[in-house]
Amino acid sequence: MQVKVEPRSETSRAVVYATPVLAVLLTVISGYFLFLFLGLAPAKTLYHFLISPTLTFYGWSELCVKAGPLVLIATGLAVGFRANVWNIGAEGQLTLGAIGAGGVALAFWDQSGVWILPLMCFAGVLGGMIYGAIPAYLKTRFEVSEILTSLMLTYVATLGLGILVYGPWRDPQGFNFPQTRMFTDSALLPLVLDGTRMHVGILVTLAAAVAAWVLMTRAVIGFQVKVVGQAPAAARFAGFSRNRTIWLSFMISGGTAGLAGTFEAAGPVGQLVPHLTPGYGFTAIIVAFLGRLHPLGIIAAGFLMAISYNGGEIAQVEDRLPQAATGVFQGMLLFYLLACDFLSRYRIRLASSRREVGPS
Amino acid sequence: MTITVTRRTFLAGSAAAAGTMALGRAGTALAADPLPVAFVYTGPIGDHGYTFAHDVGRRAVEAHFGDKVKVTFVENVPEGPDCERVIRQLATSGNQLIFSTSFGFMEATLKVASQFPKLKFEHATGFKRANNLAIYNARFYEGRAVLGDIAGRMSKAGVAGYVASFPIPEVVMGINAFTLAAQKHNPNFKTKVIWANTWYDPGKESDAAKALIDKGADIISQHTDSAAPLQVAESRGVYAFGQATDMTSYAPKAHLTAVVDQWANYYIDRVQKVIDGAWTSTDIWWGFKEGLVGLAPYNAAMPADVKAAADKLKADITSGAVHPFTGPIKNQKGEVVYAAGQKASDEEMLKMNWYVAGVES
Repeated sequence: MQVKVEPRSETSRAVVYATPVLAVLLTVISGYFLFLFLGLAPAKTLYHFLISPTLTFYGWSELCVKAGPLVLIATGLAVGFRANVWNIGAEGQLTLGAIGAGGVALAFWDQSGVWILPLMCFAGVLGGMIYGAIPAYLKTRFEVSEILTSLMLTYVATLGLGILVYGPWRDPQGFNFPQTRMFTDSALLPLVLDGTRMHVGILVTLAAAVAAWVLMTRAVIGFQVKVVGQAPAAARFAGFSRNRTIWLSFMISGGTAGLAGTFEAAGPVGQLVPHLTPGYGFTAIIVAFLGRLHPLGIIAAGFLMAISYNGGEIAQVEDRLPQAATGVFQGMLLFYLLACDFLSRYRIRLASSRREVGPS
Repeated sequence: MTITVTRRTFLAGSAAAAGTMALGRAGTALAADPLPVAFVYTGPIGDHGYTFAHDVGRRAVEAHFGDKVKVTFVENVPEGPDCERVIRQLATSGNQLIFSTSFGFMEATLKVASQFPKLKFEHATGFKRANNLAIYNARFYEGRAVLGDIAGRMSKAGVAGYVASFPIPEVVMGINAFTLAAQKHNPNFKTKVIWANTWYDPGKESDAAKALIDKGADIISQHTDSAAPLQVAESRGVYAFGQATDMTSYAPKAHLTAVVDQWANYYIDRVQKVIDGAWTSTDIWWGFKEGLVGLAPYNAAMPADVKAAADKLKADITSGAVHPFTGPIKNQKGEVVYAAGQKASDEEMLKMNWYVAGVES
């Protein structure tokens, strides 16, 4: 008996909208039994995990802080992914962006002015783009796999940041600890609302997502990117340059990752430290695919990830949920989302009997 | 000590709002209610190293106070923007005393402490203090000096391998204290250091230990938190020292002893102070004398004279007769940093960023 996976001839719109709901439902059911098995009050833990993060205004501001960098990076990555350009090294471009922005902040540490922050953003985007240019050049010139080069450059970037933070950029009043001075007010992003950590970077991120949407659906360049990704032969025939698309993808994704690094350094962190993010550059890849490479889907996916992280913390604090169980629950959510998504577009068939196995 | 007040650390509006919230919670807590206490860990409690040692302290608090306290902990909290939210969450959910146990939580703890002036915070191994934020640290270098003394006597090659985490003063100080003590017995003693650039990563730690043994080290010390370097030492037939807790069970032959972090008494004392209303923001750096640092039982393979020498050094450090950083001490370039008889001050040790002669890093 042979198992075959084949695409469904058509997927109804209702199914497309129902799959995320179904996935969350399956996660809740599995989570209920997981928490029950762990000896916790399952309903209460689920409530803390999925509902609590969204109950207060402060909670929403923290979701924005968490989702912001994920959405910004994923938006940029999605452009390249549509063109089959695989930039796996957003984490490295983010780090270079933070180095660029932090360099400006530290160079003008004793000065103040409204020009410092825009200059930092410029340096951050430039840093991310330059770092993205390396795999783009190697791919277009020597056909080196951009997956490998962009990924490996991430580790180089982290070590580079380490050299600076342990060395010349170390806080002179910091007892030799590996961190720079705290940035001055001129180098910190203004807060959207006092009393929260929500900074203007979040607004820029939302604007970037909308801009990406317009770019991909209304501009010729967006069409070009999609054609290069889906039908390379047709793209060549139409005169769309593959190399130009690779460069464009890396400039956009490197730039957004660099900007995200700038926002982290000038936002919630407020200085440069050896490990600036908990791997936002990698998590953003998941977010991009979870959002089906669509800018609005990415915003939803970013917030869903943020809820699972922040909710996991709340469940640890309120219900003493073990940290490993938090990870299991987050994993289940992703698994069900991707599985439901897959099964809505493909069906699994047993070749001998023509019986159909699928969801719903 | 520097307390940098920026717009972000001093959010007047939020401080007021948060304070009211905290007051609301505190107001409802009657004397009979258990005192909510929280711990924030950077590693998993199962690391059997640094975080495990803090968790032993937490469990001691629970055992000592019983239902007079309600203890919460959060493990594996990354040092970065996330830890501020976790600490804040612990504060809003009513915890009266919050221990943040990793250096990287310093800025976040300071920020949250300024927003919740009614609550008490304690930060381990940092240097920023506030009225409601105490700091505490242990003189681990005292224990590391005893390990060095043992290494100097037990190593035939006169070469130790040191699996280190990050070149922060805490770690540098430990490497130097270890090497200086070993050189008292063997003046040509060398310490080879590999930086794992992590506090906890068994894979990287064991790779580092293997490389060090390949480079000629016949005794391994570590300033990372997993038992992986010990297990490598066990399989390669060399001696090693545990980290933060007694790790004998991982390497019964290799494990000579370990510097044991004994936070329990401090934690119990601080919780008691909050219950009594006698808590104040303090800055302590305790060692052997106060019982914050201890040693795991010696391995039976250690000759009696080595055990006796180690015991004597421990007693001398405890009484103050011996200071591990007493001149003559030379740096790697051979320049005299401390002349004969001169002792390093606490401040100098806490800023230490140079290595003594004999350290190869």
